[in-house]
Amino acid sequence: MTVTASGLLPRTVYDVAIVGAGVVGCAIARRLARHADLRIALIEAQDDVGQGTSKANTAILHTGFDAIPGSLEARLVREGARQLALYAAESGIPVEPVGALLVAWDEAQLAVLPSLAEKAERNAYPDARELGTTELYAREPHLGPGALGALHIPGESIICPWTTTLAYATQAVRHGVDLHLNSRVEKASREDGVHRLGTTRGPLRARRLVNAAGLHADTLDRQLGHDDFTVTPRRGQLLVFDKFARALVRHILLPVPTALGKGVLVAPTVYGNVLLGPTAEDLHDKHDTGSTADALAGLREQGRRILPELLDEEVTAVYAGLRAATEHEDYRIVAHPEQATVTVGGIRSTGLTASLAIADHVTALLADTGLELTPPRDLTPIHMPNLGEAFPRPCQRPELIAEDPEYGTLVCHCERVSRGEIRDALTSTIPPHTVDGLRRRTRARSGRCQGFHCGAAVRALFEGVRG
Amino acid sequence: MRDVDVLVVGAGPAGLAVAARLAVAGVGHVEVLDRELRAGGVPRHCAHGGFGTWLNPLTGPAYARLLTTAAARAGAVVRTGVTALDWAGPLSLTTVGPDGPETLRARAIVLATGARERPRAARLVPGTRPAGVLTTGELQQAVHLHGQRIGSRAVVVGAEDVSYAAADTVTASGADVVAMVTELPYSQTTPVRAQAARLRHRVPLLTDTTVVELLGHGRLSGVRVRHSAGRTAVLPCDTVVFTGDFVPDHELARRGGIDLDPGTRGPAVDGALRTSRTGVFAAGSVLHAVESAATAAEEGTHTARAVREWLTGTTWPTGVPLTVAPPLRWIAPNRVTPADHHPYVLRTTTLLNRPLLRVTQDGRVLHRQRTWTAVPNRTLRLAAGWASAVDPEGGPVEVTAGHP
Repeated sequence: MTVTASGLLPRTVYDVAIVGAGVVGCAIARRLARHADLRIALIEAQDDVGQGTSKANTAILHTGFDAIPGSLEARLVREGARQLALYAAESGIPVEPVGALLVAWDEAQLAVLPSLAEKAERNAYPDARELGTTELYAREPHLGPGALGALHIPGESIICPWTTTLAYATQAVRHGVDLHLNSRVEKASREDGVHRLGTTRGPLRARRLVNAAGLHADTLDRQLGHDDFTVTPRRGQLLVFDKFARALVRHILLPVPTALGKGVLVAPTVYGNVLLGPTAEDLHDKHDTGSTADALAGLREQGRRILPELLDEEVTAVYAGLRAATEHEDYRIVAHPEQATVTVGGIRSTGLTASLAIADHVTALLADTGLELTPPRDLTPIHMPNLGEAFPRPCQRPELIAEDPEYGTLVCHCERVSRGEIRDALTSTIPPHTVDGLRRRTRARSGRCQGFHCGAAVRALFEGVRG
Repeated sequence: MRDVDVLVVGAGPAGLAVAARLAVAGVGHVEVLDRELRAGGVPRHCAHGGFGTWLNPLTGPAYARLLTTAAARAGAVVRTGVTALDWAGPLSLTTVGPDGPETLRARAIVLATGARERPRAARLVPGTRPAGVLTTGELQQAVHLHGQRIGSRAVVVGAEDVSYAAADTVTASGADVVAMVTELPYSQTTPVRAQAARLRHRVPLLTDTTVVELLGHGRLSGVRVRHSAGRTAVLPCDTVVFTGDFVPDHELARRGGIDLDPGTRGPAVDGALRTSRTGVFAAGSVLHAVESAATAAEEGTHTARAVREWLTGTTWPTGVPLTVAPPLRWIAPNRVTPADHHPYVLRTTTLLNRPLLRVTQDGRVLHRQRTWTAVPNRTLRLAAGWASAVDPEGGPVEVTAGHP
């Protein structure tokens, strides 16, 4: 198993290089790993997988009810959702099928609901149903006053986006994919049928290239000589509320899209928190992941209307993520057979849901570029540490503690993370390179105290293993 | 299920003091749980003086050891590395530790779960999310318990006692304090301490100033500050410490459906530190985030008496609410019965020059008291002799601060 984060990249000529270890790149790597004879490199600019758009999103496993009927996105979301639900159950990725409610707050929004239900039908999602106010408030008793009705989408779920990406990457690495971190691609050229990528860790050569560079997919595409699309980073700021807020909301509360724009959502998370957001701000800077005072105040104002009591709870975290919006409404997944490349661009917030289907689609496109695929093998299933509140955490499993008392020794009290879980993460297939990476893998120090109680102890464990 | 007589959650000054007093008095099996690996609470990592008594001044760690030893010598069982997870019944708690899960049932429970500083996110400070953003609690543990390096240039947000303690810890770690920043127009510590920081340690204090943005990717590169007059500036630094702004660690109280006081956000208690749940007491910083360790320990000792009375079979009075009017922020205890005699602690949101505190119930004045100048983030005290005049069947009792 090969995971590198420093030094020169290997001189091997890989069969396939995938640029970008977000949820899509990791899913593609995992899918290609089913072909045992392929030499695959997954290269990532940052120090961990899932560090770009995959990290800061609304963590929803979509049904695709509101996709554009007939689009590639609609098909891949529909197929991907089914695949990911099965994969999550098999791999221990927390998913909660809470369902969604599109809540109408004015007549204009109420008028849109029937057309949304009809659109859902056209997207082969027949379960959408309109609710009157009585049933709406019965389902969501803490909803603010003034809602006029809702569309219920029972199939929408919440998921752990982080565990999903890490599961794909871990399974890929365990089946022979080389993961190279801290390798930002700066140049791309091709000679004698071999791509030569100039990275911050030296050159990497591969016969075929998959561009899954997310926010930077257009830059890499231009280096390859194409001008298909431009990524405009769309910033989404999100507030994460204390676990005490979780009792206030049962469904994902989605805004109703109208001509006047799209509002914000309130959604539970699998970690037992409540999300409020996101904003949608078109930017130019692909690194501008800061939050702003105006946006946070605006979110709170909108949240106050949707779920007034939410604002009484403490904020546990504030995130700002960038979505890879393009000028096109659909995904831009394009094969360039003459160049032996596939570009996977414009993957919006539905990319998490669609990831497994995108991987299948890209694999088929690679075959079209001439990649010879031997019959695929079944991958050894993976079982990820559970970060979700709906499933027993190690400290709630007496049999586990009896076997290893480290699972009964809590280090992070807010999130109830044991020393055993931290140790496991530090010695896992893809270990964290920063305390923040450890946080994503275990939830250690991501709770309401943000490290007041445990921060130094967590860091000591991290530094103890890494020396 | 294992039965004990008294279960104390939290082995800080309040929890250890109540346990020691109860054990000395011969109250059967007194057990103290703490989720940390060492008992002592926050003083464990306050490596500075100001603890103990005039005759026996101690550092925080020495004080933590003294209280722990005292509780154990008195016969209380102090168990560390054990977390109380949730309630299993009116007076029973589920716990987990290296020995696995256990449910403990008690005749009385004392919640002494302490407080924490609100971190950056809870304060809604915008900007990026770099490393190098701390609270005093994390800073002190990093430096004093783990010997970790924290950075080289730190901005300390706040100018109250804990902020100056944080600045001292930054200096002790070998880093420089770039500046202290407070939204208020003045420092909220003693003049001696404020002068020493400014003149001896040359730490600039920026008053009327707010941190409006954190900068930097990966590691903090600076904080943007704004003066109330509108000017902004960037203070280059690799570390920022958010100090003060304490909130009670009330998770267990809330999970148990125990009434909280809207002002303190801690459990609402009467003068004997009884909560809304029969048999459950609360003491220390969970009631008032935060007062000194001495205050917490004193409360522990004080409530021990009420715990003993409860164990001998007294009733559980409900009392009437005790509230404050702005600019006062909160008061603790925040319910009152005529039998109460424990002094009160209060906080103000604005500076009050020698205010007159008035205690009234249903329009009837129970008490008037002139106090020292009241400063935000500093303790303000109110005597309790008036409680005997409270009508237990009457309306809420209100405390106002005004000028005579």
